[in-house]
Amino acid sequence: MTTLPIAPDVAREPAPSSSPIVRAPSYLGVDTTLRSWLVTTDHKRIGVLFFVALACMLALGGFFALALRLEHLTPERTLMSAHTYNRMFTLHGVIMVWLFMIPSIPSSFGNFLLPMMIGARDVAFPRLNLASFYVYVAGATLVLLSMFASAIDTGWTFYPPYSSSTPTALPLALLGVFIVGFSTIMTGVNFIVTTHTLRDRRIGWMQMPLFVWSVYATSIIQVLATPVLGMVLLLVVANNAFSWGFFDPARGGDPVLYQHLFWFYSHPAVYIMILPGMGVVSEVVSTFARKNPYSYKAIAYSSLGIAFVGFLTWGHHMFVAGMSRFDAGAFGLLSMLVAVFSAIKVFNWTWTLKRGAIRMRTPLLYVFAFLFLFVFGGMTGVAVATTSLDVHWHDTYFVVAHFHFIMVGGTLTAFLAAIHLWFPKVTGKLYSERLGMLSAALVFAGFFVTFFPQFLLGNGGMPRRYFDYPPRFQALHVVSTVGSWVLGAGLVVTLGYLLHALFWGADAGANPWGSRSFEWRTPSPPPKHNFREPPDLELGAYDYTRPLEGEPREPEAAS
Amino acid sequence: MSTVDDARALAPAEPFSDGPGQAHAARLGMWVFLASEVLLFAALFTLFAASRTQHPAAFHEGVAHAKKVLGSINTAVLLVSSTLVALAVQVLRRGRTRVAGLLVAGTVVLGGVFLAIKITEYVEHFGEGIQPGGRGAFFQEHATRGLAEFWTLYFGMTGLHAVHVVVGMTLLSIALLGILTGRITAPSAHRLEVFAIYWHLVDLVWLFLWPLFYLA
Repeated sequence: MTTLPIAPDVAREPAPSSSPIVRAPSYLGVDTTLRSWLVTTDHKRIGVLFFVALACMLALGGFFALALRLEHLTPERTLMSAHTYNRMFTLHGVIMVWLFMIPSIPSSFGNFLLPMMIGARDVAFPRLNLASFYVYVAGATLVLLSMFASAIDTGWTFYPPYSSSTPTALPLALLGVFIVGFSTIMTGVNFIVTTHTLRDRRIGWMQMPLFVWSVYATSIIQVLATPVLGMVLLLVVANNAFSWGFFDPARGGDPVLYQHLFWFYSHPAVYIMILPGMGVVSEVVSTFARKNPYSYKAIAYSSLGIAFVGFLTWGHHMFVAGMSRFDAGAFGLLSMLVAVFSAIKVFNWTWTLKRGAIRMRTPLLYVFAFLFLFVFGGMTGVAVATTSLDVHWHDTYFVVAHFHFIMVGGTLTAFLAAIHLWFPKVTGKLYSERLGMLSAALVFAGFFVTFFPQFLLGNGGMPRRYFDYPPRFQALHVVSTVGSWVLGAGLVVTLGYLLHALFWGADAGANPWGSRSFEWRTPSPPPKHNFREPPDLELGAYDYTRPLEGEPREPEAAS
Repeated sequence: MSTVDDARALAPAEPFSDGPGQAHAARLGMWVFLASEVLLFAALFTLFAASRTQHPAAFHEGVAHAKKVLGSINTAVLLVSSTLVALAVQVLRRGRTRVAGLLVAGTVVLGGVFLAIKITEYVEHFGEGIQPGGRGAFFQEHATRGLAEFWTLYFGMTGLHAVHVVVGMTLLSIALLGILTGRITAPSAHRLEVFAIYWHLVDLVWLFLWPLFYLA
């Protein structure tokens, strides 16, 4: 585990001619009609399409979150009825989990980058890839349509018996989620096969950028866990629409069995959400510390470790649902094992940063936020995996705060880091570094102020999903609501300067960060077939000992 | 700007430079997808196992009442169909397109026979007053706890399997069309092969459903 010496800072020679000989237009310029975008089989364009759809879902889910927080400004009714509140927190969860988080990084950045990172021209099944986008759109449309019927008010976990009898438009929304699941499976199959069959001969398994490893591990979970969820959702639909009574004790069913089946998917789904984020962090850390990862293999294998152990921990959601003491102990211990794999990664990242030639840029700032929030969220995860403590915290705001630290503090900050790291790659433009830093600070502060008080609320006994609450909790709820608006403001600022940069941003050059990762060894934005000629893969994806040939000057204008 | 480069840049990106690579990817993709399918059914098998453990008597009663003969005939039908499609792939590889087409057509027909028998079974059960969800006259007369669960699972699991039979028949019909129009030939036999692999999974799932619902 030797650490390679650090390369001298980016070569200071003047940038190569600002108008390189253009032989083929970039993937953005090949064909600019709307039709060419809608029927494209280019993985890069599909990634961009997914990104736009995902951003809309994030905005919608975020809108619900802000409304929910406003409702809690006062202990009783503030601006919506209890029924609206129930439907809103359910939709917030459904949209954020299934329409945003799960597809987020793999479908957008995974699609855009994975083929380039392994030196391929496209994914293995380009048409299937396009189909997966439309399947996603179809599923998301059904979920959105359910909002115009009577939405859904069961909470995003759809527990029976209530989900069997709720009069809301549950079947419509669940069929939507079921269909989105197919999109997830298609993407997963595509990435697994692409990684196996289309890697450039010169890129071995241990030479791939770490982002590929994390997306590969995620794909395995997607392929193996999503169908179980799909099946369970169909059973819930059958219960609700046709009264089949699968989990109805009166007809011989078992409601706890539902929870087992649901969490068998939905716990691994947590790792579907966080693993790609970890891949992003690995890339950002190496790029901005200008060093190879402290241990490449430890990071790569710990991704697979998390993917594997993630399948064996679902029971920790059910400590109070009725479970033998032995089972509870086993699930608790296995859950803590995830923390070991995660710690391997965290220590690797910090050790990579140590004595690195750190350049403080927006993506790295987001990664610092990620590290702090992820460790905080992860440690509280170990706490709630402890049966004796979980019994008290179960179904309180403590759990809400815990998983938001992982999901928002982890995945969303990683998603934002990815946006800022690869924005120049995707668009060929530079955003304002100053505004980037500012909004990163806003997002972090807003997030912390929103969710830290929720730990205190939960510890004080505030149950989750309650419409009314005792007045003694009001102060903390108000603080949390203020935080949520700061978080929202940070995201709006981000959208603003990214849109500005998209149209009026300075030219980024091929590789503004001086990254060694393979996707940067082609112009930005990349040509349609990714590489105009076979890329030079002589230098490893994390080898910062030598400057790249013709490495452009670091853009000073950005900061 | 040379026109050759332009033409290359505008052509759709074909990820594979060689046929064998594409065939390998197609096979691998299907196998990975089948892993997904297995997990889809696994959720239902888990449900079945849990229910059977809780209500062994009711499940015995249910199995005793199931249409053993029809179910067993269906097993034979599916096994023969799987054999035909496996032969079709081998024959197609040797370039005997017409025979391969006949064998695939036979597979699709046998899939239809399977569905017809299945529907007969369903109709007979409905006539007896057995409906999913524990509805129907049958459950007023036979009040064993767990019996409703058995029959709901029967309709749910065999129904999902039947959906897969329909999907498999559709895929094989597409392959048949490809063989007839000359788009699937010996060098591109893998296109038929991936559908055949799918059909084997449909067959395989039934080999577990058959003992669970008709024999055990």
